[in-house]
Amino acid sequence: MLGEYAAEDGRILAGGQSLVPTMAFRLAKPAHLIDINGIAALEKLNVENGSLSIGACVRHAAFHRPALAGPLGALLTTVVHHIAHYPIRLRGTFCGSLAHADPASEWCLVAATVGADITAISTRGTRTIAAADFFAGIMTTALAEDELLARVNLPVLSRDTRFGFCEFSRRAGDYAIAMTLATLRLEGGAIVDPRVGVGGAEAFPRRIPEAEAALAGRAPNEAVLRAAADAAAHAIDPLEDIQADAAYRRDLVRAMTRRALARACA
Amino acid sequence: MAQPKQKFVGRSVLRLEDRPLLTGAGRFAADISFPGQLHMRVVRSAHAHARILAVHTADAAALPGVHAIWTAADVAHIPPIDFRLTKLVGLEPYRQRALATDRLRYVGEPVAAVFAESAYVAEDAAELVQVEVEELAPVLDALQEPQAFADGLRSEPAVVRKGFGDVDAAFRKAHTVVELDLTVGRHSGVPMETRGLIARHDRTRDVLELYGAAKVPHWNRAQIARMLGRALESVQLYEGHVGGGFGVRGELYPEDLLVCAAALKLARPVKWIEDRREHLLATNHSRQQSHRVRAAVDADGRILAIDDEFFTDQGAYLRTHAATVTDLTAAMLPGPYRVPAYRAVGHVRLTNKTPCGTYRAPGRFESTFVRERLVDAIATRLDIDPIELRRRNLITAAEMPYLRTLGTLGTEIELDSGDYAGLLDKTMAHLDWPALQRRLAQRRAADELVGAGLVMFVEKTGLGPRDLARVSVDGDGAVEVVTGAASVGQGVETVIAQICADALGVDYAGIRVVHGQTDRIAFGMGAFASRVTVMTGEATRIAAAKVRARAVEVAAELLQAPPDLLDVVDGRVVRTDAPEGPSISLGEIARTLAASPDGGLCAESWFQTDHMNYPYGVHAAVVAIDRGTGAVTVECYLVAYDIGKAVNPMLVEGQLVGGVLQGLGGSLYEEFRYDERGEPLCVTFADYLLPTAREAPPVDVLISEDAPSPLNPLGLKGAGEGGASAVGAAVAAAIDAALGMPGAVTALPVTPRKMREILRQETL
Ligand SMILES: Cc1cc2nc3c(=O)[nH]c(=O)nc-3n(C[C@H](O)[C@H](O)[C@H](O)COP(=O)(O)OP(=O)(O)OC[C@H]3O[C@@H](n4cnc5c(N)ncnc54)[C@H](O)[C@@H]3O)c2cc1C
Repeated sequence: MLGEYAAEDGRILAGGQSLVPTMAFRLAKPAHLIDINGIAALEKLNVENGSLSIGACVRHAAFHRPALAGPLGALLTTVVHHIAHYPIRLRGTFCGSLAHADPASEWCLVAATVGADITAISTRGTRTIAAADFFAGIMTTALAEDELLARVNLPVLSRDTRFGFCEFSRRAGDYAIAMTLATLRLEGGAIVDPRVGVGGAEAFPRRIPEAEAALAGRAPNEAVLRAAADAAAHAIDPLEDIQADAAYRRDLVRAMTRRALARACA
Repeated sequence: MAQPKQKFVGRSVLRLEDRPLLTGAGRFAADISFPGQLHMRVVRSAHAHARILAVHTADAAALPGVHAIWTAADVAHIPPIDFRLTKLVGLEPYRQRALATDRLRYVGEPVAAVFAESAYVAEDAAELVQVEVEELAPVLDALQEPQAFADGLRSEPAVVRKGFGDVDAAFRKAHTVVELDLTVGRHSGVPMETRGLIARHDRTRDVLELYGAAKVPHWNRAQIARMLGRALESVQLYEGHVGGGFGVRGELYPEDLLVCAAALKLARPVKWIEDRREHLLATNHSRQQSHRVRAAVDADGRILAIDDEFFTDQGAYLRTHAATVTDLTAAMLPGPYRVPAYRAVGHVRLTNKTPCGTYRAPGRFESTFVRERLVDAIATRLDIDPIELRRRNLITAAEMPYLRTLGTLGTEIELDSGDYAGLLDKTMAHLDWPALQRRLAQRRAADELVGAGLVMFVEKTGLGPRDLARVSVDGDGAVEVVTGAASVGQGVETVIAQICADALGVDYAGIRVVHGQTDRIAFGMGAFASRVTVMTGEATRIAAAKVRARAVEVAAELLQAPPDLLDVVDGRVVRTDAPEGPSISLGEIARTLAASPDGGLCAESWFQTDHMNYPYGVHAAVVAIDRGTGAVTVECYLVAYDIGKAVNPMLVEGQLVGGVLQGLGGSLYEEFRYDERGEPLCVTFADYLLPTAREAPPVDVLISEDAPSPLNPLGLKGAGEGGASAVGAAVAAAIDAALGMPGAVTALPVTPRKMREILRQETL
């Protein structure tokens, strides 16, 4: 159906929590809506081959309690409570968030940080896109108009992976003005496999190599975490909007990164 | 006759309003529909300032379902919207018309109106109306020199001057002069229910009916009748449930005239429900002011004089309130302090932004911020404890009533009663202020940014000049109170029923209280200025007392008993000496009076007063600042408020807590911002940040009744605004304390970004 209607301004309707408000503001006026709600095959949420597979109809609320044991389940449960408000989480979908690609989407940050694989299907076939190649700009992705984002696979994190998440928004439930998700392991008192993802601060969430480099192989002390946070603050190309100018966004990225790392290392 | 007992007044009885609201029987504007109704959509200016060259409606008119499209020419017969409360003259040229004629003066200004078979078609058609313009440079700063508003008119319609004493002499002999520049941001009341209006012309009776009225139905009725050239009796306004007013809802706006004129002209009912974006663009804004204030003080910190020059950013037109906010700011600035000499010069300046009106505690939120910042600055300068400094300057209980020699809203300000120092003592004891300060000092020593602020204020409530109420008992004993009050959700029915119940001798729960219906009572002032409990309450009490006296008089005859041995208890006239003896119900008395010349058991009464009364209070806030983000968290908040007599303490508390939340909005979150072209940036709830339950601190309320008003027998004062008045001042003081930087806050709202800028100065 999407193959048929995409060319005539057809759009997928998932949870409707982003699309419907934009339609209410008359900013989006799709000619056709293809409602994927109720398609049982898209409601799947399970672990297969070392990754958590999240179908297109899995709602945010599915993560209110850990979807799996271990750090990944705990990470998703920590993060989900920062997404909007309870009623919105009952409708909005994980995959819809990625397709919508708001710069401040928590799930986009998770996907970018842990390295999600994103599966797109169309009448032309199925392809898998790595998170690092998926986001292209503010609310733009590698998805073609006729592609359905069918599922997202998140690699299951090893038992000894630690994570820390920290977000700043003006009010509880608002989109983040800046947020950081960090994952790492500690081996013999040194940081191993650090991943530092920053969201809400640039056109799309991404890992910050400069911050990761400041951590790798070092002891998790105050000076190292501070250096990584400073590196993240310098590395970003900050968005500017009514809430935050560039300098303030850098300040926030610094604070969020410090705190996320402190939580990961605690 | 036995004295009436206070059985209901003073108790936190449950709200009579809640049954329909909680059982889904609420009837708000959008719930009202009539067969055959048309839906109105207003086409609004997309330009802050422009000359209209042409309005093209042909494309829109061609859309199926569009019934009519109006532009300025269609409403040329309707005069501009008048002022309700002003004694200033010469302001007429600055009034707004129903539709813009040749200039557009703010984004959101109505230019055309579409009437269609459905709200959706109307909205589609409105998008097709093209307004051809020549853009003009907008004025966006009230501090900028006034510009030409129209031929021969400047964009400063009025300068309000108030004062007394020899200010210049006081400054000459002052030990110290303290000077501040302070600003309050543009924000406003944002009720949960947006505006909504449904007009219908009943051609059978030739009555124009308007549903969705609020706040001031009687005044609006008179204006609509006059402006549309109709007899008063042929226009009726009906108030349904109102989802919040806060001063902005219920004023007479262009849309009120458009729906009424269209219902008459198009001979179909016309419905208009404002959407949220429209609300944030079109409904009154408020608060935006810049002050340059200075104080002359002696060596002990005693205030010798205050001199304030300020600028109100009034937006594009003078609406119904004209210069009320500026006037109240100037009049209320001295607050609870003895100020021997005072001068206020308030410039009312027009800008190309949404026009402004009054918002809960108009002029007090602003002037309390200014005055209390000034007092804190004096304390810092002279190194005197800020609370001690306040004590030295407070007007004492012995000085009451205290004539301020200032006037506002047509009244002389005479502080009627109060023990300001007494309430300050109570508050400090309640908070255990020294212990609180010790705890905060310990936390600061551990590198936390925490602090407490405490400020004082005087409110004004119970604005006259009069109110009318009619109390009647029917043959079944049912009691009805018909008032000219309005309910914006504050509990009018409950409070009026409580007052009536005690004065009459019946249960409050069975009393029907009518408000906001112009066909039920000829006079009504409505709900504003925290006036209903005082004014309508006292009119009701007098009327109910008359009914009681009449009932006792009749019962004395029927029961063959001396009137002084009779009492009215639970709706029956009983003998006080034999409570179990023969008695007679009010219903029976009403039946015997049905054929009498008074037309039954009923009475109508006026209450008149030339003065407002003046409750007062203390606000205290404890805040914590996040060094990394600049976010300010209000950890806890206290309002101490002397209300004279609380008819229903639960409702008083609700009013105060709600007011605090709105005050916190204006202090930390809410601001209508504009870009350099006059484009509004906050037109959704994603950008106009209302505090939510998650941001609400625990609010402690201390209600005191030390200073009943001598102006009415129950001692009533109002409760509507004191929760909001001092929040900006208290939060600012607490932030200063947390930072250890006195005077750090000079502008509201304190956003995290601004806070970070202040913190950068701290670390320099
Ligand atoms: C008040 C409010 C606050 C919010 N706060 C946050 C927040 O803090 N953080 C946050 O991340 N989000 C927030 N959201 C957005 C919410 O999380 C949305 O649910 C989410 O962004 C989109 O998911 P959805 O399922 O609702 O998508 P929809 O609204 O149905 O669709 C969004 C877009 O994605 C497309 N789309 C959806 N699913 C697919 C698919 N499977 N394949 C291809 N295209 C698809 C649609 O065509 C549409 O263009 C908020 C929303 C609201 C209303």
